[in-house]
Amino acid sequence: MADIVFWFVAFITVFSAGMVVTSKSLLYSAYSLLFTFLGVTGLYIFLWADFLAVVQVVVYIGGILVLIIFGIMLTNKITSVNISHSSMQKGVGAVVAIGFIASLGYMAISSPWLQAANTEPAETTASIGRLLLMDYLLPFEVASLLLLGALIGATTLSRKDEDG
Amino acid sequence: MDNLSNYVLISAILFSLGLFGVITRRNGVAVLMGVELILNSANVNFLAFARFGGMNMSGHVYALFVIVLAAAEAAVALAIIINIFNNFRTINVDDVSELKQ
Repeated sequence: MADIVFWFVAFITVFSAGMVVTSKSLLYSAYSLLFTFLGVTGLYIFLWADFLAVVQVVVYIGGILVLIIFGIMLTNKITSVNISHSSMQKGVGAVVAIGFIASLGYMAISSPWLQAANTEPAETTASIGRLLLMDYLLPFEVASLLLLGALIGATTLSRKDEDG
Repeated sequence: MDNLSNYVLISAILFSLGLFGVITRRNGVAVLMGVELILNSANVNFLAFARFGGMNMSGHVYALFVIVLAAAEAAVALAIIINIFNNFRTINVDDVSELKQ
């Protein structure tokens, strides 16, 4: 049963990721991206990363996807539903993508991965918090500075220049 | 589902599709979507290797940092895209080869 669910989630992830990069309509690409993010969230749950799964939903779907849809709406006429976008150099892109899938997929399947035996942890949030505030304290603070810088930079870049 | 190579394979496919999007798309927002796919595939890899490497929580912390970077990158990229649209009335990345119009 769990295997069926896993392959279903994997199929949704890969199929909607394909839709994101091949769909003619920009809005359909954005909505396919929603299902890709949901599928990746399912993969996180299979990987016992419950905290990261929730963060994925909150940040990616609640934040980044909404930003992307805002970006689409602000750079096109809102009334036109069929915001189309063309692709170019499909041949080059297909060659590169298939080459990467073939080589990386061959590596993934044929490598003799060492898998450590382990059991499902009772919680991940407490361990992540402990690591963030002890081992990774400096990167944690730098990341908060980066977010502050991105916030200020984004507002500065996107506001109208009125006072010169 | 209890096999590392499945996750690595899915992540490789996601990465390749994201790369395909970045190469072929001309719309700036669509290029950004391809970048998001690539970042997600990296995250799946981090968590898969954490899960099958003895549940090492450092992988989770790294995935968290990737999500933080993705959020910052999306905000700045969309601000730049909206700025480009205001200046050039298009976000076709091929038409925007000059810093100033």
